[in-house]
Amino acid sequence: MSPLDLLVAAPLAFMVASLVVGRGGRWLILAASPAMLALSAWLVALPPDAAHLVGDWELPLGILLRADGVARLLVPATSLCFVAVGLYAWHEFSPKSGRETARAHTFWPLLYLMWGGSNAGYLTTDLFNLYVTIEMVSLAAVAMAAMGSLAAGLQYFLIALVGSLAYLLGVALLAAHYDTVDATLLAIHARPDLPTLLAITVMTAGLLVKTALFPLHGWLPPAHAAAPAPASALLSAVVVKLGFVIILRLWFEAFAEVVRPAAMHLLGGMGALAILYGSIQAIRQERLKSLVAYSTVAQLGYLFLAFPLISNAPNPAEPWAAVLVHAVAHMLAKAAMFLAAGLMLKAVAGERISDLAGLARAMPLSVTAFALAAISLTGLPPSGGFTAKFLLLHAAIEQGSVVYAAVLVIGGLLGAVYLFRPLSVACSGSAAPVVKAEAPLRVAAPLALAALAVALGFAGMMLIELSSLSAPPAAAGPLPAEPGR
Amino acid sequence: MTISTSLGHLFPLTGAALVGLGLFGFISLRHPLRQLLAVNVIGAGIFLILGGLGRGEGVTDPYPQALVITGIVVSVALTAVGAAMITRLAEERRAAGTASDQPKDQGP
Amino acid sequence: MMTAVPLALVLLPLIPAIISFALPERLAGWRNAANLFVALIKVLIVADLLRQVRSGVDLEWRYTILPGHDFLLRVDTLALLFVSLSVFLWLVTTIYAIGYFGRGPNLARFFGFFNLCVLAATGVALSGTAVTFFLFYELLTLATWPLVVHNGDEKSLRAGRIYLAYTLAGSAAFLVGILWLKTLVGSIEFTAPPDLSAVPPLTLTLIFVLCVGGLGVKAALVPFHGWLPAAMAAPAPVSALLHAVAVVKAGAFGIVRMIYDVYGIGTVAELGLGPPLAALASFTILYGSLRAVMQTEIKKRLAYSTVSQVSYIVLGASLVGPFAVIGGLVHLVHQGIMKITLFLCAGALSNRLGIKAVADLDGAGRRMPVTMAAFSIGALGMIGVPPVAGFISKWYLGIGGLQSDASWVVAVLAGSSLLNAAYFLPMLYRAWLLPPPEQAAFRELGTASDRMLVLPAVVTAAASLAAGVFASSSFSPLTWAKLIAEMGYLK
Repeated sequence: MSPLDLLVAAPLAFMVASLVVGRGGRWLILAASPAMLALSAWLVALPPDAAHLVGDWELPLGILLRADGVARLLVPATSLCFVAVGLYAWHEFSPKSGRETARAHTFWPLLYLMWGGSNAGYLTTDLFNLYVTIEMVSLAAVAMAAMGSLAAGLQYFLIALVGSLAYLLGVALLAAHYDTVDATLLAIHARPDLPTLLAITVMTAGLLVKTALFPLHGWLPPAHAAAPAPASALLSAVVVKLGFVIILRLWFEAFAEVVRPAAMHLLGGMGALAILYGSIQAIRQERLKSLVAYSTVAQLGYLFLAFPLISNAPNPAEPWAAVLVHAVAHMLAKAAMFLAAGLMLKAVAGERISDLAGLARAMPLSVTAFALAAISLTGLPPSGGFTAKFLLLHAAIEQGSVVYAAVLVIGGLLGAVYLFRPLSVACSGSAAPVVKAEAPLRVAAPLALAALAVALGFAGMMLIELSSLSAPPAAAGPLPAEPGR
Repeated sequence: MTISTSLGHLFPLTGAALVGLGLFGFISLRHPLRQLLAVNVIGAGIFLILGGLGRGEGVTDPYPQALVITGIVVSVALTAVGAAMITRLAEERRAAGTASDQPKDQGP
Repeated sequence: MMTAVPLALVLLPLIPAIISFALPERLAGWRNAANLFVALIKVLIVADLLRQVRSGVDLEWRYTILPGHDFLLRVDTLALLFVSLSVFLWLVTTIYAIGYFGRGPNLARFFGFFNLCVLAATGVALSGTAVTFFLFYELLTLATWPLVVHNGDEKSLRAGRIYLAYTLAGSAAFLVGILWLKTLVGSIEFTAPPDLSAVPPLTLTLIFVLCVGGLGVKAALVPFHGWLPAAMAAPAPVSALLHAVAVVKAGAFGIVRMIYDVYGIGTVAELGLGPPLAALASFTILYGSLRAVMQTEIKKRLAYSTVSQVSYIVLGASLVGPFAVIGGLVHLVHQGIMKITLFLCAGALSNRLGIKAVADLDGAGRRMPVTMAAFSIGALGMIGVPPVAGFISKWYLGIGGLQSDASWVVAVLAGSSLLNAAYFLPMLYRAWLLPPPEQAAFRELGTASDRMLVLPAVVTAAASLAAGVFASSSFSPLTWAKLIAEMGYLK
């Protein structure tokens, strides 16, 4: 058995187990957490070109699981998010009464389904297999969103379904045209003809819907803001990343030779608009969770703003690393932020930002977690978010892309505007509101995630090295020699 | 030979028409149930394209067929989930309608 | 020589920071002890470093954070000037803060972030590359923000917003500037200035404007000074150490680094960047003083006085003559110890007597004679009365101006001194010569807490006096500034 298989199989086994166990399902997380973290560590430590054919079926029919830089960064980050959310939810979804019990029963299988699906998505290079994984993840995501608001969940469901079908249509075209849907083989055979371009277009459009890139983001804020905190954390941190990773694989690996620069700039422009629009909307929100949800819309923009920067870069390895580091840092910070927000809002029994007054004194640990997450999201040093935005800004200036550089700078400043507002309210007031004392274990989850997001800022070289492992040629570049005199 | 070739084009073309029709329905219809059905029409179109493109001359490529089967299974399962959600939403709305006049959980 | 000493020096305040955050309020005594202990240790380490660097030892610690971007901490003479100022004043202010707050709310938070600020200020001083400088510069912003909003009322929250808006925009401009320069000439290391000859002059000028403009926000250069008076909503120890010393000095220090260690005097002169900057600094000096005259609140008056005084440093740096450099650098220290004296006294007055406005100062000299004596020394120093330290700075700056064929500098200095006198002398007159409103008995040094509040100002006042009287001794700031000028800038 290879960890590549196990990373997919183990969560699915836990899903089945949690269905069987039923009432005590929440205890399984205590076994799943160390197991999955160990597997993730094993994945990171695999030899550089590790790959594995499932069931030993050869390509083009077989399914290739591969430990490339993307997987080595995103799988551990995802596992950390799931572990933290799981430990947090262990308390939140303990069976108590009526409706709560039903939620407690459904949450755990969904968590494991999403976990297995996202791991499979990061590891596989088979485009049809990817369709299955995005459906697994979407299904779990929709059900989680529906735990907060059925209407928002349903809206999300239908839109996600159309997105998946668009993606499937593209896969169908490719299968008929090339007789394979494996990204590594397509990279060799791809030609810039009409069916291929059509396939890329519909697949990308479908995935953009799922990733909620502006202007296709409409479903995200209501769904993410209404869900219970652990669900929101997973939706914002993990689910939207899968679509992005698949687009990354399509554009820089499978069809790197086919995609035109203009298309790169189209995605980059949408990303830029997402940053500006999402930030401005976040500034205008009165409710904390809506603010955090719109911040996701904005932060997703950075992922796509990087596309033209990677394709134009003299040394693409740096912006390539930047975009992956941003994905990781956003995962950790956003999950931490939603969890911390959940704790704070629950304590004051409100949902507005103004309800947070005085919380810095009453709940210092939760506010600290929120603040650390905000530092990384805003891109202030030292943090993973800073490393990513620093590298992107460097690339933009190097290429003379004034517009992208300006958006990066303005986006960071707007981020500070919307994220410091809740913090400022939390610091206000001379009297601390009376709230139930924070359970240290529940605060530990967001605090640890946020601290990790900040700590990533010190591990820049390691992250760049990891991200360059089996990177597609379009994103690989010679790393500059170690400076030093 | 001619029939087979023209049929080979017929399936994808019909499929494309279905996709267009479904997409139009999805955008123009507001009721979730109708939207779900529209999505199913899109799905049917895609499977038709996928299956039709796999038809070679005399010999049929099993690979797209396998993909179609998997796709149909996924699609059926998702439709069931969607239908369940719509039912639940309708029940919830009815229950809320008796208690208060506004349906809750309305996104902005 | 690669050594972890600079890193240890920077990270040392983390210990009391963590202790402060973690200890519950009832163990406040332990917290205070830890803060004082580490502050004292740091003073000792810096004293040893002063000795080593003077004998020519070169200490650095390097770590590659990103390809082409080194994190470099380096102990050089200029760095030590700033470091020794901040560790000395940190110790003084820690004692003061303990006396000032007694047992109030949010103190764990206060001391925690206070230590982080010192960490950032030390880092700014020791930074060996532009990127390292930026990291600490931004950290300084972040760590000061909770201190600005410490009181939690509407006024401090507004001050916090203004503060962030100014400083984050400033550091964004600075970041764009250094990244732009980096893409053109490679890594920007202060000890090995980059070769700028291949870069078009217009680009260089633009980058200079971006960087100095960005740094000018923290240095409170007009028109970027607006945050400083607003930030006076913070408690007195914050205004004293951070806004009089650490934050504004970080900006001024960065400008000095830009001119001397990144661009080099030659390039700055070639591009003709010195005179416009000197003009802006002069304008800030006069404008700040003029606004200070109009203020009726003591802390606001001192804040505008800071706006004015910090620009002396920038003025000295931008004149690029040997005496002007010495004057600017020595003012970095002199302004710090004199201004902190004033702020410490202002805080003590408001904390114990409730005096916040200039008009309330009547007879304060009789009620708190020790405090007002310290205040008077600081004020006279600011005006430039010999033998207090401020006189030395102005003397060197004036000669520097004449040396650089900018005799108008003397006029600026004279005008500023007159304005300084116009806003400080009435305060002294009220405090010493007018009778107090009612004769409430007040014992200035009654309790230990009172002594902790008053004596730090006495120490800094004595230091400002000593820096002036013993300016020619071998351990004075002036001698050190001359050493910097000899070792680094006037090759």
